[in-house]
Amino acid sequence: MSTVCQICMEAKATVHISDMAPTKRDRHLCEDCAEREGIIVKSHHTTNEILQQFIKQKVGLVTGDEFKCDGCGMTFRDFQSKGQLGCPQCYESLSPMLLPLIERAHEGHTSHVGKAPMTAEPTVRRQVGLVRLRRELQDALEGENYEQAARVRDEIEALESQ
Amino acid sequence: MTIDDLTGKTGEWLRGEGAMSDVVLSSRIRLARNLADRPFLASASQTERTEIYRTLVDEITQTPTGADAMVVDVDDLDTVDRGILVERHLISHQHACGEGSRGVTISPDETQSLMINEEDHLRIQGLRSGLQLEAIWDDINAVDDAVSSRLAIAFDQDLGYLTACPTNVGTGIRVSVMLHLPGLKYTKEIERMARAARDMRLAVRGLFGEGTDAVGDFYQISNQTTLGKSESAIREAFSNRIIPKIVAYERQARETLIKKRTVKLDDRIWRAYGVLSNARRISGDETQSLLSPLRMGIHLGRFDRFGIAALNEMFLYSQPAHLQRLHGKSLEGQERAIARADYLRERIGAAT
Repeated sequence: MSTVCQICMEAKATVHISDMAPTKRDRHLCEDCAEREGIIVKSHHTTNEILQQFIKQKVGLVTGDEFKCDGCGMTFRDFQSKGQLGCPQCYESLSPMLLPLIERAHEGHTSHVGKAPMTAEPTVRRQVGLVRLRRELQDALEGENYEQAARVRDEIEALESQ
Repeated sequence: MTIDDLTGKTGEWLRGEGAMSDVVLSSRIRLARNLADRPFLASASQTERTEIYRTLVDEITQTPTGADAMVVDVDDLDTVDRGILVERHLISHQHACGEGSRGVTISPDETQSLMINEEDHLRIQGLRSGLQLEAIWDDINAVDDAVSSRLAIAFDQDLGYLTACPTNVGTGIRVSVMLHLPGLKYTKEIERMARAARDMRLAVRGLFGEGTDAVGDFYQISNQTTLGKSESAIREAFSNRIIPKIVAYERQARETLIKKRTVKLDDRIWRAYGVLSNARRISGDETQSLLSPLRMGIHLGRFDRFGIAALNEMFLYSQPAHLQRLHGKSLEGQERAIARADYLRERIGAAT
């Protein structure tokens, strides 16, 4: 037996969920309604759309005006409507609102692994370099790529002794 | 160097070389960078925008690779010339249609293009034919180092490179590989492949990237996660796992077509040849969809009237901006369809 969506009463319900709180209840929704409810995110959506949807959901919780960038004056609400930040400083000023988005857009990651610009402070370059190299060493060992592991280990030692 | 110099030949990425070039048309890597002491473009004034443009052009042209580069002020170009750059994949559609001070520097062999004031202040792009991610990386990593040793780049110890949109923060890297997948399309396996790719958090797009359809059976696969994975880990995943796997599926599908649907396959190839070499008017989309079986036919040794170089030339010059450039005037609708058919008959005639 196929169930009809409890919201639109038209389409076939393909999303079945059980809410456990406040009381247990089963819900049967079609994909479109489930998406509107923010229960699922359709896989064909781009990261940008996922971000926007997540931002919209957040609007109900906080107005977004209480977070304002010290650098350029952009509020979180401005970012929500423009989809782009105002200046590098925004990342710090708006971080309570931004970090959850960033985490969601990047498979749960919140810290950079990779190269650093040549002009970055030497200590920053060194630390970022170490993080990256240690990750690479781990990957190489897991992949049983011992030649590369040895090379990476030498690089780590060189950087550590700086 | 001028736009005219570009249109006399096809770029490196259409050379049909590089690993797995029977399936992989081209590979691309781009890095998103911003100046540390400037606002992002969303909140920059026109004056600031112009200053950012001038600063970047000045510094880029003083780097080792930037010295030979052609500097193009995109705001100054007419629609056809902007179209030429888009069709050659040297700038994005967004950059062509944008507003205000913006431009691009292009290396003589067209393997590097640096877009200035697109979404970010600077987008360093490397582009080559076939699967050549390491060669591209070596090029653009050097450019990135040269630029960042002259200018302070927006960077945070925890979040990495700071970009206008938080979806690019971290490495700011996007690795994209353009695949030709007619085998998976004809055997109706393409949706399964696209789903599997999306499950792996990869974006699947058409020939011109974001928001475009898979014209001519081309699919572009790219990473979406830019934070928490190193540039080398992302490249390694594409070069050693993701792309070889899809290529193996595509080759398998082509084998299946040869074994089980020989006549149907050959019929499709030769009918395409028939239409392309005889049509009196033809749309861009139809041209691309007919060049697709020919491309596969050449790689499978089932079509021999001309080779990949000639095919890639037709692939590029049948597109609207190149076609108009070839004719030296702007062509609309029906006129353009006739000019395209004339060009194709002539080009095929010269090649066969």
